Amino acid sequence: MWWRSASFILDRQQHQNRTVAPSPESFLLSSPPPMADSPLNPKSNISAYYQTRAAHHAVVTSDWLAQAQAAVGRHSDDDGSLGDDKGAAPIGGGGGGGEEEGSGKAFSVIDEFNSWRKQPALAEAVAAIRALAAVIRTSEATTMMELEIELKKASDSLKSWDTTSISLTAGCDLFMLYVTRTSALEYEDFNSAKSRLIERAEKFGEISCKARRIIAMLSQDFIFDGCTILVHGFSRVVLEVLKTAAENKKHFRVLCTGRPDRTGLRFSNELAKLDVPVKLLIDSAVAYTMDEVDVVLFGADGVVESGGIINMMGTFQIALVAHSMNKPVYVAAESYKFARHYPLDQKDMSPARRPIDFGVPIPSKVEVETSARDYTPPQYLTLLFTDLGVLTPSVISDELIQLYL
Amino acid sequence: MDARRMSRAVPRVRQVGFFTPNTPAKQPQPQSAAPSSESPPLSDSPASNSLSPVMIPPPRHLSDNLGGRTAAVPVPGRENSGELPTVGSYNPSESVLWLDSPPRSRIGDEELSEGAESSLGWYRRSDSAKFASSLPSGGFNLSTAKHPESVAAVEAKNPLPEQSEAQKEQASSSKPLKAKTTKAERRALQESQRAAKAASRAEANKSGTPGGAPSSKPMKQPPQKKDGPPVASSIAASERIGVDRSVEKERKKDLPPPRKQFDDESRGGRAKRRSVLNQPEARNRVELFRHLPPHKNGTQLPYLGSKFFELHEKHPAVYKVGLQYLAGDLSGGNARCIAMLQAFQEAIRDYSTPPEKTLTRDLTSKIGGFVSFLIECRPLSMSMGNAIRFLKSRIARLPLTLSESEAKTTLCSDIDRFINEKIVLADKVILRHAATKIRDGDVLLTYGSSCVVEMILLYAHELGKQFRVVVVDSHPMLEGQKLLRRLVVKGLSCTYTQLNAISYVMHKVTRVFLGASSIFSNGTVYSTVGTASVAMVAHAFRVPVLVCCEAYKFHERVQLDSICFNELGDPDAISKVPGRVDVNYLDNLTDKQKENLELLNLKYDATPSDYISVIVTDYGMIPPTSVPVIVRGYRKEYLLI
Repeated sequence: MWWRSASFILDRQQHQNRTVAPSPESFLLSSPPPMADSPLNPKSNISAYYQTRAAHHAVVTSDWLAQAQAAVGRHSDDDGSLGDDKGAAPIGGGGGGGEEEGSGKAFSVIDEFNSWRKQPALAEAVAAIRALAAVIRTSEATTMMELEIELKKASDSLKSWDTTSISLTAGCDLFMLYVTRTSALEYEDFNSAKSRLIERAEKFGEISCKARRIIAMLSQDFIFDGCTILVHGFSRVVLEVLKTAAENKKHFRVLCTGRPDRTGLRFSNELAKLDVPVKLLIDSAVAYTMDEVDVVLFGADGVVESGGIINMMGTFQIALVAHSMNKPVYVAAESYKFARHYPLDQKDMSPARRPIDFGVPIPSKVEVETSARDYTPPQYLTLLFTDLGVLTPSVISDELIQLYL
Repeated sequence: MDARRMSRAVPRVRQVGFFTPNTPAKQPQPQSAAPSSESPPLSDSPASNSLSPVMIPPPRHLSDNLGGRTAAVPVPGRENSGELPTVGSYNPSESVLWLDSPPRSRIGDEELSEGAESSLGWYRRSDSAKFASSLPSGGFNLSTAKHPESVAAVEAKNPLPEQSEAQKEQASSSKPLKAKTTKAERRALQESQRAAKAASRAEANKSGTPGGAPSSKPMKQPPQKKDGPPVASSIAASERIGVDRSVEKERKKDLPPPRKQFDDESRGGRAKRRSVLNQPEARNRVELFRHLPPHKNGTQLPYLGSKFFELHEKHPAVYKVGLQYLAGDLSGGNARCIAMLQAFQEAIRDYSTPPEKTLTRDLTSKIGGFVSFLIECRPLSMSMGNAIRFLKSRIARLPLTLSESEAKTTLCSDIDRFINEKIVLADKVILRHAATKIRDGDVLLTYGSSCVVEMILLYAHELGKQFRVVVVDSHPMLEGQKLLRRLVVKGLSCTYTQLNAISYVMHKVTRVFLGASSIFSNGTVYSTVGTASVAMVAHAFRVPVLVCCEAYKFHERVQLDSICFNELGDPDAISKVPGRVDVNYLDNLTDKQKENLELLNLKYDATPSDYISVIVTDYGMIPPTSVPVIVRGYRKEYLLI
């Protein structure tokens, strides 16, 4: 039975499906990130946010750094797991931390997070949770309460470091929930509780892959032979869905959109490798081609409490067109993307900016809309494929209420 | 023996009698029943009401409405069929239902569609009725008894044995009335016992008596059976009935008490007798809304005040709150609820268990008495209903081992906790959530005066957000002016307008904040009249509508319109211009002209969930579709703590 979020998957088994991981070179080839110090997370828009945020809001950096330092006041060297890249985030600068012992390298959740984030197959939430696990590992807390406080600080700093990423926030919340709930439940001794938490965090990566598999399986019923599927941007879940469908010998055609950051191009690349007939559209051709589309399939950056989704810019208008032409709009999203947000309209989210390259210099008096994402209200969505099952939009909030209350 | 048996049979038939065509077919009367069961009388005609032994007389206009509304059941006879099973299937003991609710309880309305199996049941019953009537009857058959018998059948509609009285009442004009639900429950209990007794007696008789009795048996059985949820056919269920009933009784506890219909004449008279207040004459009332309790205005205040010493059993604190309701000094769901709870608290403090009684039971009935008094002063709001339910469940769950003083302290602290957690703290949480939705430069619109919305606006102002407020108001309450005053005093920049201008201001508005009196589990928001139009205009202009409401006001009922449940205001209020006694265009009408005039002052309306963007509640911001989740969790929480 699929009940609570990711835990049931965990309980089921450990075997992991690493078929997903798209090959890194395809990312590199497609879109050179503006600030490029790392290969992109396949969900390119998200990592684009980070780059730009770091560049545009230098203030934030010192801000979070102070917080991060405070969060991990005392700590020895993080056990060196993946601490090889120091360039990702400016850790050296914020030397506000108290006693820096040992190697002198301050442990920072955010570094940790950034290092995890570079793994292409790893979802944002997983990276966040791994980073939090590292906090537990390095923590010197001696009681559960201390540990909790420390974790709370760390997750807050992570969240405030990048307020635009919904799955980061959701991942942190989810893990915190797990920590508070589990430790409240079992009175085992501190060290075993700690190792349990770490174990849990480690498993989360598998969970996320597993979730994708489940979603792919669930959604097979909705992809029928001969259908034409419109996808927008690059989403690993959607890719997994289509891949599974191709493996199941279904015949379908895919139309890809997603222009400014060339995610559509990358997606079509992936599909071409699978020998799926694919056609690339510019975003403005959506309405033109909509009548030949049978199914619209989106990924999501975040699924919000209203049952709507937040996704790459352009999703909303495609959903609008599809809705007005009575085409089903499906969303594939893992349950850890469910977030306790409730946007009322498009502007009701923290802005996520992304530079847009028009190829020619823009006159300084001309303004450019640089927002990277939009909000699609629930009435334009037909169903959501999640690892909790195939849900209608209104169930999302029920799930969230039960999860968080 | 026979005579005695008959007299026993009467009450039993009475309680179910109005359901079925064959009730009068108890021994004496099959032939007279026959024609009427075959040709159901028009329920619209009062004459048929009083004469037909078969039909319940549904109040005239009610059946009119129903005919119009539920196309599925156009035949008058079927209308009844529709409602009977509904009632039966919904509420465990229909006698209770009948007692305090009208032929068609509103709850039943929504249930109607599921009446498939039940209407089938009805047909079965009616068949049996025909069958019964076609049977040659036994020794009791007095054809001359036709008329008296039909009268008896009418009496059968009255749930209680006091027929003559009930009959009198029937004749009396339709009067509003408040029955205590607890009383109703008690009565239900009595009646079910009586019914069980009667049934068992009938059973005994069946085995004992030859002749007419056996043939009559099968006819009587079916109506009895109806109490049981499944409309089973048959014979020996009478033993089971007792069991069924107790089970049903249990279940009934979980259900919200059915609401009264004030146009139900048989109820009206008794209510009038019992009520403390003078009931205003129901003149010029809109037909469609007759079922609602008429407005009682503050002019009765002196009268009620003078009766203070006659009403011994009312605690002064409760009395005071009641008077405040009546005078309109207390308004707003939260304020009324808190005042009521505090009055109860006081009453509980001063309470001492009378000798020979247990606290749990006596206090519950006492509270029930208070509540019915308060209802008389003004109908309860949904929130108060929930609070009362909370209190009663707390009383019922008091451990028996507690001493009286301990029990009282526990209850008082429970009430405090309820006020604190469910209202005060809930408001604070709502403030925090709602304030995140206010951005600099916003133009917020609010309608009427909701205390939560007011707090939100002030809180956002304290946070230093820059925004404007549009206060929309409407006659006759003009509550918005009070809100406006308080906001302006605090330094908010405000715009004040009337509801008429809403479409003009709406295009500049970025958020609409509304309060709610209650939210139903289908997401319908029940709020001050006018709210629906504001929400609809906002929706048309694509402005998000935020409804702010504490979770204790959520109600598990489903309501689709604002007709079947509502509250009437003072009809004269809308015909007058406040402050201008000289302007009253309706004054000089002759009585004859006035007959054509119906004034309707509704207090609430229902906003469909489609027009609501989000509900801000103490559990966070939820879409209207998630109300049932909260209702479920919430009920569990406060009933089982």
